[in-house]
Amino acid sequence: MPVLTLEGISQEFGGLRALDGVNMVVEEGEIFGIIGPNGAGKTTLFNIITGIYVPSEGDLIFKERRINRMATHNIARLGIGRTFQNIRLFNKLSVLDNVRVGSHGISRSGFFKSLLGLPSMLREEKEIKSRAEELLELVGLYDKKMEYADNLAYGEQRRLEIARALALKPSLLLLDEPAAGMNSGEKVELMKFIEQIRQEMKLTILLVEHDMSLVMTICERIAVLDYGRKIAEGPPEEIKNDERVIQSYLGVGA
Amino acid sequence: MNGLDAAITQYIDPYYLRIMILLGINIILALGLNLITGVTGQLSMGHAGFMSIGAYTSAILSMQFGFSYLMALLAGAAVAAFFGFLIGIPTLRLEGDYLAMVTIGFAEIIRVFFLNFEPGGKAVGLSGIPQHTNFITVWLIALLIIALNTRLLKSRMGRAFYAIRENEIAAASTGIDTTRLKILAFTAGSFLGGLGGGLYSHYMYYINPQDFGFMKSIELLNMVILGGMGSIPGTILGSFILTLAPEMLRIVAEYRLLFYGALLVILMIFRPNGILGDVRIYDLKKRWGRKEVKTCQS
Repeated sequence: MPVLTLEGISQEFGGLRALDGVNMVVEEGEIFGIIGPNGAGKTTLFNIITGIYVPSEGDLIFKERRINRMATHNIARLGIGRTFQNIRLFNKLSVLDNVRVGSHGISRSGFFKSLLGLPSMLREEKEIKSRAEELLELVGLYDKKMEYADNLAYGEQRRLEIARALALKPSLLLLDEPAAGMNSGEKVELMKFIEQIRQEMKLTILLVEHDMSLVMTICERIAVLDYGRKIAEGPPEEIKNDERVIQSYLGVGA
Repeated sequence: MNGLDAAITQYIDPYYLRIMILLGINIILALGLNLITGVTGQLSMGHAGFMSIGAYTSAILSMQFGFSYLMALLAGAAVAAFFGFLIGIPTLRLEGDYLAMVTIGFAEIIRVFFLNFEPGGKAVGLSGIPQHTNFITVWLIALLIIALNTRLLKSRMGRAFYAIRENEIAAASTGIDTTRLKILAFTAGSFLGGLGGGLYSHYMYYINPQDFGFMKSIELLNMVILGGMGSIPGTILGSFILTLAPEMLRIVAEYRLLFYGALLVILMIFRPNGILGDVRIYDLKKRWGRKEVKTCQS
């Protein structure tokens, strides 16, 4: 069953056509990779899926529901979590609070309930906290839960972003260059981790990545973007040998 | 309660009593602004505008419509909150400097409105407001506001407000309706502005539009920034310092503003996040806790 379908998505910024009629189907439970040279429109695509941009043309369907014009927070509430290429944490909040904020979309206590401290709100707070701590345990940041987020090392910040996205209990997780700035050991860890959360949380994962070894290892299918157009799609083996991909992105002799 | 107040009035010097009452009012006002600017990160430079709406509304209601003190206070706060809501809808799509400009403009409009407002006595101001506000009422209300504020900021909603300040796009991607929550913070902050205004007018006996000018807005903003943006103890400390400083500096008479300015500059150099802006009880406990010996669990 397709989780996410893109039908002829185009995005224009002034005169620039950042995306041009992109079609894509992401099936449930798969790890789907998007690759392409810088400026190909990969992050733009993520921003369209999460409602930060409204696409100029085309349709965006999440679990049989059209989400083109939905606001970002409503899309998040449907169960689409994401991380950002340029890390966007809540720097002056604690690590724990970063993850707790992550579950905003699936919790309910409103303004007056919070003011009055009703039992239902206190119960929910407890749940939010224990779940956040579980997630921190999972990404190995439990010991640093009271640190400010901006005091974490770069790799830790990336993991914190993933924990925050998982707090939303998403069914679709978008990872924007999760391995950026990591060394090869960390990358291996990351691959294991992505595989693990997919299994345990029954996730569908869509990821943008420049690291070819990572993409080719864990992705079941890959789409290649170039100048806003999708030039290829298929399993890693096929992509590696595709003439156009080699020419525009992978390079000859690689 | 009146007996208690009488006792307090008897034993405390009226000059100090007055300062303490004004401190309580300033804390309420500053906590409102803290919610908007310190916590949610929406720079508002027109908080005195909401204060004047609350002050005039509650004064007129209790003088001409026979409202009880509490009802007049609540009504004043509610009207201020309503205006906060109305102004919040279009303006909170703006950010930073632009929002600051709009809030300054709004506060000026309110001031000029009251300068020409017949029932408010125009430029002459409004006098003969019943003096209901006393030490007990101010501090009871202030403590209640502090308690509610603390609870709010520790809750899911409070964390969402902080998240908006820290990174709006990331906040939205966790399911926070940023526009709605910004309007909510603005409305709640204006409510406290109106409440403080009502307490003020029922204490001062006389109000006029100049009491709520741009300088008052800046003074309130200074309390929040000086104490530490987003921190409740910080805001209280900021209110304390800036309520007391002008009084303490009376000794240096005409150099008062100079000292006041220097104090601000020095504090901002050494504590750019405000005095308590990045101080957490957790860190303090950790620092002090090192001396303790952990007991064995068996």
